[in-house]
Amino acid sequence: MMAAGYKRPESLQKRITGYCPGCMHGQVNKLIAELLDEFGLREKTIGVLPIGCGTLSMMNFNFDLVIATHGRAPAVATGVKRSAPDRFVFTYQGDGDLAAIGLSEIMHCANRGENVTVIFVNNSIYGMTGGQLAPTTLVGQKSTTTVQGRNPKEVGYPMKMCELISQLQAPRYVVRRALDSVPNVIQAKQALKKAFQNQLDGKGFSFVELLSNCPTNWGLSQSESLEWMRANTMKYFPIGDFRNEEAAL
Amino acid sequence: MSGGTSESKIMVGGFGGQGVMIIGQLLGYASCEAGKNSLFLPKYGPEQRGGTANCTVTISGEEIGAPSSRKVDVLIALNQPSLDAFAPAVKAGGMLLINTSLCKNIPSRSDIAIYGVDSDDIARETGSPKVANIVVIGAYIEKSKILTEEQIFNAITKKLGRKAELLALNRTALKKGMESVRSLNSPN
Amino acid sequence: MEKLFMKGNEAIAEAAVRAGCRFFAGYPITPQNEIPEYLSRRLPEVGGAFVQAESEISAINMVYGSAATGTLAMTSSSGPGISLKSEGISSLAGAQLPAVIVNVMRDGPGTGAIQAAQADYLQATRASGHGGFRMIVFAPASVQEAVDLTVKAFECAARDSNPSLVLLDGCIGAMMEPVILPPLKKTERLRYAGAGAKCLNPSGKDVMVVTSTLVRPDFQEVLNKQAAEMYDRWGREDVMAEEYQMEDAEYVVAAYGTSARTAKTAIRELRNEGVRVGLIRPITLYPFPSGAFARLDPHKVKFIMNTEMSIPAQMIDDVRLAVSNRIRVETCCCSGGIMMTNEDVSEALKNLLSQCKEGVE
Repeated sequence: MMAAGYKRPESLQKRITGYCPGCMHGQVNKLIAELLDEFGLREKTIGVLPIGCGTLSMMNFNFDLVIATHGRAPAVATGVKRSAPDRFVFTYQGDGDLAAIGLSEIMHCANRGENVTVIFVNNSIYGMTGGQLAPTTLVGQKSTTTVQGRNPKEVGYPMKMCELISQLQAPRYVVRRALDSVPNVIQAKQALKKAFQNQLDGKGFSFVELLSNCPTNWGLSQSESLEWMRANTMKYFPIGDFRNEEAAL
Repeated sequence: MSGGTSESKIMVGGFGGQGVMIIGQLLGYASCEAGKNSLFLPKYGPEQRGGTANCTVTISGEEIGAPSSRKVDVLIALNQPSLDAFAPAVKAGGMLLINTSLCKNIPSRSDIAIYGVDSDDIARETGSPKVANIVVIGAYIEKSKILTEEQIFNAITKKLGRKAELLALNRTALKKGMESVRSLNSPN
Repeated sequence: MEKLFMKGNEAIAEAAVRAGCRFFAGYPITPQNEIPEYLSRRLPEVGGAFVQAESEISAINMVYGSAATGTLAMTSSSGPGISLKSEGISSLAGAQLPAVIVNVMRDGPGTGAIQAAQADYLQATRASGHGGFRMIVFAPASVQEAVDLTVKAFECAARDSNPSLVLLDGCIGAMMEPVILPPLKKTERLRYAGAGAKCLNPSGKDVMVVTSTLVRPDFQEVLNKQAAEMYDRWGREDVMAEEYQMEDAEYVVAAYGTSARTAKTAIRELRNEGVRVGLIRPITLYPFPSGAFARLDPHKVKFIMNTEMSIPAQMIDDVRLAVSNRIRVETCCCSGGIMMTNEDVSEALKNLLSQCKEGVE
């Protein structure tokens, strides 16, 4: 018997991520890589990456990748999966990518019930471009384009993507988890595992939203940013299952 | 008749639903099968139904150039608006074939051959108003000799289905169309 | 070989399948709708996939995803849709992915008129997207040529790992002509795209990254230089043009697509009247057959009449560049979805002839 113990997943490159200190993107990268190893999927996987901080994952993952243009990952994943149904296909998208410029692509990919997995990392801000207002920025939360904080009279309210997508008939699994604590990270991994299994079983579209942080653009330390998530983000964006076929059946 | 080539440009005009495009396509198919060059060009607009429809078919023994010309060798006018609009486009020495069931004002041109065919009436006698366009094709090939009855009938069989009763109906319509103009001389 | 009587759009769709195309994504737009309609029925018969996308943007990105798996993929549209697709076309070029894009042109700008026109020459040859990339642009003038050039477009796309464009006006898409189709080619998965992708991957021997996102300027420049060399090679090896009645021509019509075949009828008529007129028909619009124009003898050729279904004329820039002011370039144009006729071409040429004579007097 091999001794149990932590080992760098084969699905990750041997390098330090380019993510800012305290950013949870690295954690998400690791969860995906661990699961692909556990499923033995590394050589079958095509990851579709977005434009945004998620793009930097292309330096971290050690499996085939296709980098989409901004917001188009669900369309690209559709093309990949339809032409190579034997491959395991996921998209990795941020909130600007998925909920703003790519809103049409995500809704229609979900509505077609494409047999892919969408991983949505929601940190309520545009990270790579320097902290502008996102569709998911909270009311009152400051950004470089709303320096007084989000004013719903001018820019509306934060968009709840799980709630929107779960109004569609085709999606099989739509859940929101948070990355603010170890127990919640474990829950997030369970959700991703379920979503991956769904695709392997040919069940169709799965959507896992992961609430995350942005210490750099929020102007907070890592621990402060996680506290802030619990006090604000997770109040407005409740974690839970919005569509879970097993639970419903 | 055009520019010393063997090319013939035929325009078909009528209401949507009169089978304008079918006439053009059947002439095109049959010419293709007969080893000639042929080009069928529909005119389209944003509407899906209704309104006027027209198309041109070019048939030639040589390479076909222009899909669209101001002048045509033949006009097959299935309704009065098409006749009024396009009769002046027929070249001197050309042919005008008119559906006299619907067209009452016949243009007076002495430089072209003009024939009438009561296609709607003949079609009704044959058994279905739907075969009026086949009657018209019959009249046209009788007067132009551009294609034979068999060549057109083969195209009909291939493109409009092989159901026995329909085939018999189309065959009768084609023959009646041919017969209806056989003894006609151009009024000019 | 059996001759079929086929509509241009459907013939292009069937030609694509026979050339090995196994994925199509598109969005409804006139005058190209027969292409997606045909492929929605046909692709599943050969193990391919068809998706009607929610938008032109999504369609081209589905093509990008399919191409990334090594599949020959296609999309089609008309001018307004090609504008929307331009982001994805640029990404295909940037990621070095093969694909074929078909533009069945209508008139513009804006939504324009849905009838046939040649309004997208500049878009096709200069900028079908940002970033200064190029595509081979094929301009058929008949249904048979639409078939042959669609096959060639796939061959070039696969050879170069670059998108290529088939540019036709709505007339060729809508008309029916006799056509001989090529045999069904055996399909094989292409290699994954991109030298750029490989050099991005620090460790990976066995993984491939398909991307037009190059975080290092030196990588980007290497790829741009490779692309520039490829464009130069096209200019040497892939140029296609037809010369018609050019041996003794004193007047030259420059035209492509429907305008060119329309001009042929006019040239036959004018030749019967003793006018020494010929035609240069670019078949590839990029690379442009500049040589055919540069070779013209300015002592023999009195003028070139650039003939297009576009106002203002667009190809005229390339014609002028090619003759570098040695020969006068005039125009014969129509637009708005109004079809060019042979009479238009004859009259325009005769007007120019009479002006020439007045000039001499």
